[in-house]
Amino acid sequence: MTGPLDPLAPPLDPAHGRHLLLQMLRVRQLEEKCVELYSAAKIRGFLHVYIGEEAVAAGVLETLAPGDAVVATYREHGHALLRGVPAGAILAEMYGYVEGCCRGRGGSMHLFDAATRFFGGNAIVAGGLPLAVGLALADKMAGRSRVTVCFFGEGAVAEGEFHESLNLAALWQLPVLFCCENNLYAMGTALGRSESQTDIALKAAAYEIAAWAVDGMDVLAVEETARRAVDAVRSGGGPHFLELRTYRFRAHSMFDPERYRDKSEVARWLERDPITLLRATMEAAGQLSTQDWEQLEADAAAEVAAAVDFAEAGTLEPVEDLTRFVYSERGTGPTTGEGLEP
Amino acid sequence: MKSSYREALRAGIRDAMLRDERVFLMGEDVGAYGGSFAVSLGLLEEFGPARIRDTPLSESGFVGAGVGAALGGMRPIVEIMTVNFSLLALDQIVNNAASLLHMSGGQFNVPLVIRMTTGAGRQLGAQHSHSLEGWYAHIPGLRILAPATLADARGMLWTALEDPDPVLIFEHGSLYNVTGELDDDAGPVDIDTAAVRRPGNDLSLITYGGTLPAVLDAAGQLADEGIDAEVLDLRTLRPLDEAAILASVRKTHRAVVVDEGWRSGSISAEISARITEHAFYELDAPVGRVCSAEVPIPYSKHLELAALPSVERIVAAAKEAVRASG
Repeated sequence: MTGPLDPLAPPLDPAHGRHLLLQMLRVRQLEEKCVELYSAAKIRGFLHVYIGEEAVAAGVLETLAPGDAVVATYREHGHALLRGVPAGAILAEMYGYVEGCCRGRGGSMHLFDAATRFFGGNAIVAGGLPLAVGLALADKMAGRSRVTVCFFGEGAVAEGEFHESLNLAALWQLPVLFCCENNLYAMGTALGRSESQTDIALKAAAYEIAAWAVDGMDVLAVEETARRAVDAVRSGGGPHFLELRTYRFRAHSMFDPERYRDKSEVARWLERDPITLLRATMEAAGQLSTQDWEQLEADAAAEVAAAVDFAEAGTLEPVEDLTRFVYSERGTGPTTGEGLEP
Repeated sequence: MKSSYREALRAGIRDAMLRDERVFLMGEDVGAYGGSFAVSLGLLEEFGPARIRDTPLSESGFVGAGVGAALGGMRPIVEIMTVNFSLLALDQIVNNAASLLHMSGGQFNVPLVIRMTTGAGRQLGAQHSHSLEGWYAHIPGLRILAPATLADARGMLWTALEDPDPVLIFEHGSLYNVTGELDDDAGPVDIDTAAVRRPGNDLSLITYGGTLPAVLDAAGQLADEGIDAEVLDLRTLRPLDEAAILASVRKTHRAVVVDEGWRSGSISAEISARITEHAFYELDAPVGRVCSAEVPIPYSKHLELAALPSVERIVAAAKEAVRASG
């Protein structure tokens, strides 16, 4: 693992480095806009932003193929965006409009998208792990070479479903990649206050699952490790596990007064901002001009601005439709019923 | 053909496995052991360990894996050993299986079937004997079935597997050894309607699942005493066949609901409420209820029997309803 203040090695391919920067910037700017819109009361409910952790989703999702499945948590706006869910549909969902990716029935914590096989948006901690195991089981039984990636926080490690799921995945050698986003706090409970063993990769290894701890602020390291893991999973190597060591720069949610951590700790981690790190590394290596950077920022800002316009123009689903989608509407079936063909 | 309830269930599973290669059975001891109640005995040999899949003791894990496999295009049958153990999987059943379709705005339905044993009467004590199907019937997004007959044990499963949404099937433990005649061509049955198991004019005895045999016995005794009871088998607890309940009550003008669940907040309370909401002026007597005593089911045989609906209590409640209306 890289030391806290070590510079990154510059990316081998500057164009790819700029792409990763853009991906992280898209998430950062969308999340900053979400906070602003929450303060303006456009978004309600619980809102959990991913600011500081962008390198994790950006690095891991970069390695997936189109048919792969993603299961995420309630801090999933960035995962949805980088997986291909349009920013407008994400924001409209948070506005509660029918143009949202879940017709306004899910909200910030429950983004789903059948087109990109994005399975939430799960707000029960560790509740998504068994789902991921089942998705991978279906692929294995059907002989498909797809990968299911499951994101969860380190808080999930204390839940029984974490242990049940790792055991099942290893026992049945299922094509699933577990990605533990270790941001050191389960809401306000520090890892050391909730786990007798704080080495999470070690816990996974106890299930005979190949596991690595990765610097989750280094998008290049995340991507490289994830690519190796995804390749191994896809080629029949069974489940793999990444512990991505990262940090949440903002409060847990919009209601969090942050009594549980010191400002100086946050300040130290801000020095490892994944976007700043990659930008500085590339600038030092002559791979990123001021103009390049400004263009990336402008591209991300334009996307977010268009998404806000889309959401602002959204409409409310008629209240008469309240009880739709409790049971399937026959004849207009949803997409779950995929056949056995790859 | 002669069949037991257990054999009828097995025939239903086997039929589904043969009909659709996406179907598989998963649960604790369904394979090598042959099923904790021997329902799946012999299926491992016929279909192999991938499709008759033994799981570790991880109810939340394998029920959630069933949800995920259903999302991934399979048609899983998940067996949970008893309804009490299903509480360990409540998160996956309620927060995922029942909620995903709505939460996702109609994008992800969950074609999953979960079978489990329910009910008391076998001296298994408080952690293997409860009747919580009425509890599950509270949850929007689920369909709740309670096969009480051989034909339903044989036929409900395939129809449930064809349902695009999660279906829970509750098999009462006291029924597994019940034997009788099953049509040679027995096959899938509807899972939408209640069934009149005995027509009558004086009173409606409304029940489901494991208490159907006792209710039919009670109806026989009542007939000997000149009371012509109709027996309605609900078959499906969610959605309730309200039309059938109301049609029966409108004919007989008296109703007694027999439910092995506890009385407070029960499915019997729901049925009683619907009768009073929709057929109050048709009633000649208050709606009666025969439920289990409000105790965790005790081990000792005499105490367990005292806790459960009995033929005697059903007969007494029926007579009370008839007497109340003169």
